[in-house]
Amino acid sequence: MDPNFKLFDTCDLDTQGLIAALNATTDAFYVSGAGLGLRIETAGCGGLTRKEPPERETTAGKRKASDEEEEEEEERLNKKMFRNQYDTDVTTWSPTGRLFQVEYAMEAVKQGSAAIGLRSRSHVVLACVNKAQSELSSHQKKIFKVDDHIGVAIAGLTADGRVLSRYMRSEAINHSFTYESPLPVGRLVVHLADKAQVCTQRSWKRPYGVGLLVGGLDESGAHLYYNCPSGNYFEYQAFAIGSRSQAAKTYLERRFESFADSSREDLIKDAILAVRETLQGETLKSSLCTVSVLGVGEPFHFLDQETIQNVIDTFEKVADEEEGEGEAEPAAPAEEGGDGTGDQDVAPMET
Amino acid sequence: MTFTIPIDNGDSVKTAEADSQRTLYPYVTGTSIVAIKYKDGVLMASDMGGSYGSTLRYKNIERMKAIGKHSLLGASGEISDFQEILRYLDELVLNDNMWDDGNSLGPKEVHNYLTRVMYNRRNKFNPLWNTLVLGGVKNGESYLGMVSMIGVSFEDNHVATGFGNHLARPILRDEWRADLSFEDGVKLLEKCMRVLLYRDRSAINKLQIAKITEEGVTVSQPYSLKTFWEFKAFNNPTAGAEGSW
Repeated sequence: MDPNFKLFDTCDLDTQGLIAALNATTDAFYVSGAGLGLRIETAGCGGLTRKEPPERETTAGKRKASDEEEEEEEERLNKKMFRNQYDTDVTTWSPTGRLFQVEYAMEAVKQGSAAIGLRSRSHVVLACVNKAQSELSSHQKKIFKVDDHIGVAIAGLTADGRVLSRYMRSEAINHSFTYESPLPVGRLVVHLADKAQVCTQRSWKRPYGVGLLVGGLDESGAHLYYNCPSGNYFEYQAFAIGSRSQAAKTYLERRFESFADSSREDLIKDAILAVRETLQGETLKSSLCTVSVLGVGEPFHFLDQETIQNVIDTFEKVADEEEGEGEAEPAAPAEEGGDGTGDQDVAPMET
Repeated sequence: MTFTIPIDNGDSVKTAEADSQRTLYPYVTGTSIVAIKYKDGVLMASDMGGSYGSTLRYKNIERMKAIGKHSLLGASGEISDFQEILRYLDELVLNDNMWDDGNSLGPKEVHNYLTRVMYNRRNKFNPLWNTLVLGGVKNGESYLGMVSMIGVSFEDNHVATGFGNHLARPILRDEWRADLSFEDGVKLLEKCMRVLLYRDRSAINKLQIAKITEEGVTVSQPYSLKTFWEFKAFNNPTAGAEGSW
């Protein structure tokens, strides 16, 4: 075995996994210029694992303290990504052709509370989980109206999300003023994506740390797009972003084929059910979620609590009767007791 | 005569030399445009003359052009400014096509864009010296509007520019109907153009009629109207008033 290999033991990493991967591996790189070191990138189960040699007396020494912090956090992050010497600047490529800062920005999206979008041919529903910092505070606004025919739900750094919403509103209103016609949502998301891309190619900027689910209308009907911090955008029939969004995505994957022809009411119901999936056990209440609708002939607006609660009642009641539970739960609204492993170190500004 | 007009184009106050950079008066002009909505879309008529002051100098100027898939633009006034507007619209349509996303600029959008352009130029004391007529059909809906050189803009069932406002629109107010057939529409326009030919000194007897429907734009070949000059009052015009006048 390579003598350098035993350095990894001190990092409490998944050595077993590494050894197994090495046996089957394809690539191994030696870092040059920074002294001794071994960098291995392999395709492990479920993603790339990357290891970096721990503290060395090199020019990278100044990053010591933050390295440890980062390492803990990254360990927590499913041990998929690790601090390496190509991740300080957004304008630095890694040897395997990745921009780590951009990928870390996408991680920020996963820290926010869930946002869900679905669309039919004529309507788009955006829903999100209301997460408050503490019992004392109110929840942060995650869904914004951009125009009568466009709405956006965000997950990640809310401040970035607010700035981008303002930009979108500005674009929409400028188009409306010049052409007296609504801006097609497909063109808006391209402007947004190009704006995000700029931040991935300037050394004095950082990528936006927010994912946006943009729902809107254009000449061909209703559309739902997801805008990434990387500057990519994708069109979806239904999608979910943020923490525990995988549960919602699984739910949506089972049902999305029927969404195109869904009625407006069914679409709303599916959205709320998807929100329930992300709560994982916590009782679904109308105070916990925000739902908005827009469609052909229906301008963007939020559903009020009563309407949401009525929809919840249609399916919660059935479940309750079956399980014999009462609907009145002890009020513990904002206390995220059911938080998964992903949220403990969430920074205060994120939602 | 020099005098300063404070114009803020981002620079300091300009003197009279700079005045030559602004449009002060038109040179080569086109006369009226007349347009009406009809059953299948919009019909527009114009003559092919370009006057240089009182001289009928150019006799083959097309003052109506198709814009994108859905619109038709007619212009009266300074011909060079009309050509400039066509260049702006060319760029607009090009960018719209480059999106290649199933969305396209309709006549309403083009009309509003032009309104913005004309009004902004007017605010800078450097107008595009035109009155524009914008007609089109999109998704089965007909659209007909007008923009003047000072940015006044509106839509109507029938519009006309210049002398057409005074001579043609009264006829249209009396005789226009919503369900005009193509033939009736053309007859109505010819009636208006004939009056203009008799009474507008800058009109020439060589006109085109353009039609725009859901299918697209067609501009006719130039042709001329029959005129009648054998009115009794034209015989012996000086009877009853002998003398040099």
